[in-house]
Amino acid sequence: MQDILIQNALSIEKSVSGRRGIRFEKPAASPQTYLPVRYLRTHTPRLPQMSELDTVRHFTNLSRQNYCLDSHFYPLGSCTMKYNPKAYDVLSALEPLTQAHPFAPEEAVQGTLEILYNLQELLKEITGLAAFTLQPAAGAQGELTGILAARAYFDAQKDKKRTEVIVPDTAHGTNPATSHMAGYTVVNIKSGPDGCVDKAALRQALSERTAVVMLTVPNTVGLFEKDIREIADMVHASGALLYMDGANFNALIGAVKPASFGIDLMHLNLHKTFAAPHGGGGPGAGPVGANEKLAPFLPRPTVERKNGKFSLCAKLPKSLGRMKAFYGNIAVCIRAYCFLRQYDGQTLKEVAENAVLNANYVRVCLQHAFPAFFNAPCMHECVLTLNKEKMNGVRTADIAKRLLDYGFYAPTIYFPLIVPEAMMIEPTETENKQMLDAFIQAMQRIFAEAQQEPQTVHDAPHAQPVARIDEVSAAREPNLRW
Amino acid sequence: MSPAATAGDFGEVSMFISNTSEDKKQMLEKIGVSSVADLLKDIPQDLLYPVLNLPPALPENALSAHMHELADKNKTLLNFIGAGCEEHFIPAAVNALSSRGEFLTAYTPYQAEASQGTLQTIYEFQSCICELFDMDVCSASHYDGATALAEACAAALRVNNKHKILYSAGLHPHYKEVLQTYLKHLPELKLEEVPLKNGTVDLDVLKEKLTAEVSCFAVAGPNFFGQLEPLEDIASLVHGAGALLVSVAKPLALALVHTPGQYGADFAVAEGQPLGNAMNFGGPGLGIFTCKKEYVRQVPGRIVGIAKDKDGKRSFVLTLQAREQHIRRERAASNICSNQALCALNAVIYLTLLGYEGLREAAELNLEKAHRLKDMLLADGHKLKFDGLFFNEFVLELNVPAKQVIRKLAKKGIGAGFDLGRVCKDMKNCLLVCVTETKTDADLQKYVQAMRGF
Repeated sequence: MQDILIQNALSIEKSVSGRRGIRFEKPAASPQTYLPVRYLRTHTPRLPQMSELDTVRHFTNLSRQNYCLDSHFYPLGSCTMKYNPKAYDVLSALEPLTQAHPFAPEEAVQGTLEILYNLQELLKEITGLAAFTLQPAAGAQGELTGILAARAYFDAQKDKKRTEVIVPDTAHGTNPATSHMAGYTVVNIKSGPDGCVDKAALRQALSERTAVVMLTVPNTVGLFEKDIREIADMVHASGALLYMDGANFNALIGAVKPASFGIDLMHLNLHKTFAAPHGGGGPGAGPVGANEKLAPFLPRPTVERKNGKFSLCAKLPKSLGRMKAFYGNIAVCIRAYCFLRQYDGQTLKEVAENAVLNANYVRVCLQHAFPAFFNAPCMHECVLTLNKEKMNGVRTADIAKRLLDYGFYAPTIYFPLIVPEAMMIEPTETENKQMLDAFIQAMQRIFAEAQQEPQTVHDAPHAQPVARIDEVSAAREPNLRW
Repeated sequence: MSPAATAGDFGEVSMFISNTSEDKKQMLEKIGVSSVADLLKDIPQDLLYPVLNLPPALPENALSAHMHELADKNKTLLNFIGAGCEEHFIPAAVNALSSRGEFLTAYTPYQAEASQGTLQTIYEFQSCICELFDMDVCSASHYDGATALAEACAAALRVNNKHKILYSAGLHPHYKEVLQTYLKHLPELKLEEVPLKNGTVDLDVLKEKLTAEVSCFAVAGPNFFGQLEPLEDIASLVHGAGALLVSVAKPLALALVHTPGQYGADFAVAEGQPLGNAMNFGGPGLGIFTCKKEYVRQVPGRIVGIAKDKDGKRSFVLTLQAREQHIRRERAASNICSNQALCALNAVIYLTLLGYEGLREAAELNLEKAHRLKDMLLADGHKLKFDGLFFNEFVLELNVPAKQVIRKLAKKGIGAGFDLGRVCKDMKNCLLVCVTETKTDADLQKYVQAMRGF
């Protein structure tokens, strides 16, 4: 059967001339009636020609080649793969919400605006910050928004000498890329032996050229920056601003308000902490919060409430400008609003607590096979490494592939860069002890295999639609389309 | 306070947290601490557990009622508003397939062997878009049309190492703003607008402004006012001056009109929302980013390519990752990582269902219905602002401010169009009207009737 029904045939390879899945009414006249020939397309694009049933089978069968959160434990570190409640999918897809046009008269979109306004208010409350914009489309765009807000702030002060952004080596890779995009020179600083910012290195790097210090909290080795208040004071004393990358906010939600650390700006990832689905790589949403001082520089427009009516206000003279054509990834924001409405002031902290509990449980249970790179309690994720002498040449990439055979998606691997053979494991609060025990058992079994039959691990995966892929082969002569 | 053992309003376990008290007890024992608070010692203790002033938690049934109540505060209009976000028919199979958990709840396909489904759909998306645009390379997607444009202009700057960007006054005003936001701080950068003449790019002014320092010219066709641009002429002017052409296309229109590849665009971007994605108050959108193959290393964001597995079998992977932030850090082409994969999936399902025949039919219906409404309005005494060629949007010049008309039609349940007075001081009486295949003859008649007297 496998030979007859080619498993991974492309749609174009299944295409048969004359078939299609959708018909519209016939247009009355030809396009030449309205447009001269020189404005028309000259040749036919090779799009698939398939019936609706063929199309449904094609994509259904493709979907079955994916691991996903709905079917598998997905401990991808720094990505917060928590359960995405089905109710939010349904409620964000209510027709009056999906059919709202961004330029509809405001009286026709009061419901959408009210949800967005409420979400802004909730994010302010849980972070302690003074203002939030929901405009950024993803965490990385949130970072860019934050750094451009800082730039707008310094421009308003006529402070032109601040040209640098300081980024510790435990930051997300996006932080230096963002700073560069915003026109800043990146100053990298090394972290200390405890995995936290080396304050001496920071002190040395800070100067009147520093615009922003970008701090990922908790950082990418899963640790809380314990001296964060002191760091904030140092940063502010030098006249710079402190930006917090809040991609890892799941460790803190409900337990602490980042504003109390003394930060000026931060972003949140609604597709991580706030349970919106990851969609195979987006859409996400990366709202940015600011304290009183930075609030006027956030992007325009913002959602406002006046006399019980909601509106989009674009009259913000100090704003950094617009980040996106329209107000944000609204369908994602609506899901995040649903998430926040299911917790109250008492229960929200259980999200962070269970995330931290689960990560530490995995860390401790695996400490003999795969030690944590920093042997200390972690926050929402643990970063493990290998004891090379014990592994018979088995590397982290092999372990990741072998995990797939055992029915688990892999952790984030080889990141952060400062940890050799890194495995970054983030269970999130929605997994329970039984699932973690199964994962731990699989990891221990792989460790045993590395001793007894390392080739099995080297050759993994064995039970996927394809065997180990030679990724370098794709880059050599790129084939990026049919 | 005993944080680990706090029970929520829903019994022993709160909402989607399923560790029971007994689970927690065993886990804490294994870890060797007495409470979760012991694991949070690095957080300044005086900051821990602040008072949170949140509304009462809602179980699913109450949440559902609450959300329905909010959604019902929106009024769904008979929609003639376009301006960068359009209402189109979405076949039921699109959402039925893309909402499958296997697609919806997976993430960026880092482990390619367990993500072939997502990877192949992205490859097919890239292929369909390249075919439709007549371009060599397409990325996995961007946030929206506006950010794709800004990234394309930034890529053009890197290609020829020049510092001046010209852009048409006919770009979407929000795209112009995003272009400014993304690029204005780059050292030595100059951004300059080329005006329109009777609704399309003033070719004489463009010619004048195309000096040797110009890196690229960014132009939309059809432009914000719905007008088709003479893109072949523009391309030869731009290339003649040694600059690159960055165009903003309308994907549905490309089933009919001249393609970026045909007129020789170096980079072509678009808002892909009309391909199978709902309006959702403007987001998520779908940024389409394409270019000629010589610029592939300047493409920001994910790209999927064909690879072989160790048995020689065809497979799909994220490729050319040396461009990306997680490897190059501050030397990356962009900071983008997560994009709009699910929206790209909707688009490729839509394109697969329609095929070229279906897409062409849909495009022809847009063209025909927009022209039919225009004719009906002219016959009723209305005037057009521009007399050029258009696809599915045109500008009416009214006797009263467009703002007034929009307010009055909204009361009748009609979204009249976009008030151009919001973006152009001298166009207060101008209304940008969009007609798609979703409108019936009865809808058009209703619109004409409601517009009587303006």
